[in-house]
Amino acid sequence: MAEHPEFSVRQLTPAEVQARRKRSIAIALTLGALVILFFVLTIAKLGPQIMERPL
Amino acid sequence: MSSLTNSLPADAQGFNPTASAAGGEVSDFFALLKPRVMVLVIFTALVGMVVSHPNVNPIIAGISLLMIAVGAGASGCLNMWWDADVDALMTRTATRPIPAGRILPNEALAFGMVLSVGSVLILGLASNWLAAGLLAFTIVFYAVVYSMWLKRATAQNIVIGGAAGALPPIVGQAAVTGSVSLDSVILFAIIFIWTPPHFWALALVKSGDYAKAGIPMMPNVAGPDSTRRQIVWYTLLLVPLGMSPVALGFGGWLYAVISGLGGLGMLAGAIQVFRLREGEPERRAAMGLFGFSILYLLLLFAALLAEHGFGLFRAVGV
Repeated sequence: MAEHPEFSVRQLTPAEVQARRKRSIAIALTLGALVILFFVLTIAKLGPQIMERPL
Repeated sequence: MSSLTNSLPADAQGFNPTASAAGGEVSDFFALLKPRVMVLVIFTALVGMVVSHPNVNPIIAGISLLMIAVGAGASGCLNMWWDADVDALMTRTATRPIPAGRILPNEALAFGMVLSVGSVLILGLASNWLAAGLLAFTIVFYAVVYSMWLKRATAQNIVIGGAAGALPPIVGQAAVTGSVSLDSVILFAIIFIWTPPHFWALALVKSGDYAKAGIPMMPNVAGPDSTRRQIVWYTLLLVPLGMSPVALGFGGWLYAVISGLGGLGMLAGAIQVFRLREGEPERRAAMGLFGFSILYLLLLFAALLAEHGFGLFRAVGV
């Protein structure tokens, strides 16, 4: 079995921590925007028929 | 608060994988999308949509436009990933996120791929698969055909590669009508023929940068004089092409005046570039044409937007 490269743990600098936090918030906002986008798109594509579906 | 980093050496492109794995700001990722190019893409795709007077839900049109913009940004991101090594050598591009070490190449690759696939899929679901296919073709053409092949192989790189930048009006029209008509093909042709004089004007000034990076731009390969001649020829082709929407009936009076005056301006700029070949006047003429060419294209498309989007269309002739 091939050897894995050695990994070491490095402390993040405060600037890197802040950058990571901002990236996480951006990802969360993007995911939220995608949820809204798919919802709005579904309503726009189906229109009033969205309520007329077989139960 | 720690980060896993490995002890592997810098990769083949000269980027140290431990350099900045956690340092990329959100703005750096946004910069990877070439936002200024995205604005141009949004604008030209929007014009491609409105000239066809589609009967389409504005929400679907808006989402389609957003996906076209994201797809264009994704191709810009993939371009920056591939070109990071040459970007590092040129003053104009050395501060981009990857050569500057703020974002890792693999991060950019993953970002670009996710956005590419996502934008194509959502455009297909929102509008139709013709538009999605055209967007996918645009991304592949820019990222693979232009960036990976043409850019470093031939002085005709931006001539052929310019097709990718010219496609958004066609994609836009396909997204809202499900088909492609002559109108959007003409808009494609205008941007396509506009690209060489626009980029070569810049390349005349930045030829040292391109030579340093080993990119065969026209001034480095055929020489500045040949480039100037070609700029004039392309401009002579561009001016009547720019006015052709009037003859074809989708450019009205406003467009006729702007394309006529703008065409004269382009021609004057090209002649100045051809005449002035030394020192500061040479640089001023080239940068003048570069700047004016952006204004010219902007005004042409703005005129069509005003005529078809805001009811200002007044047909030329009887």
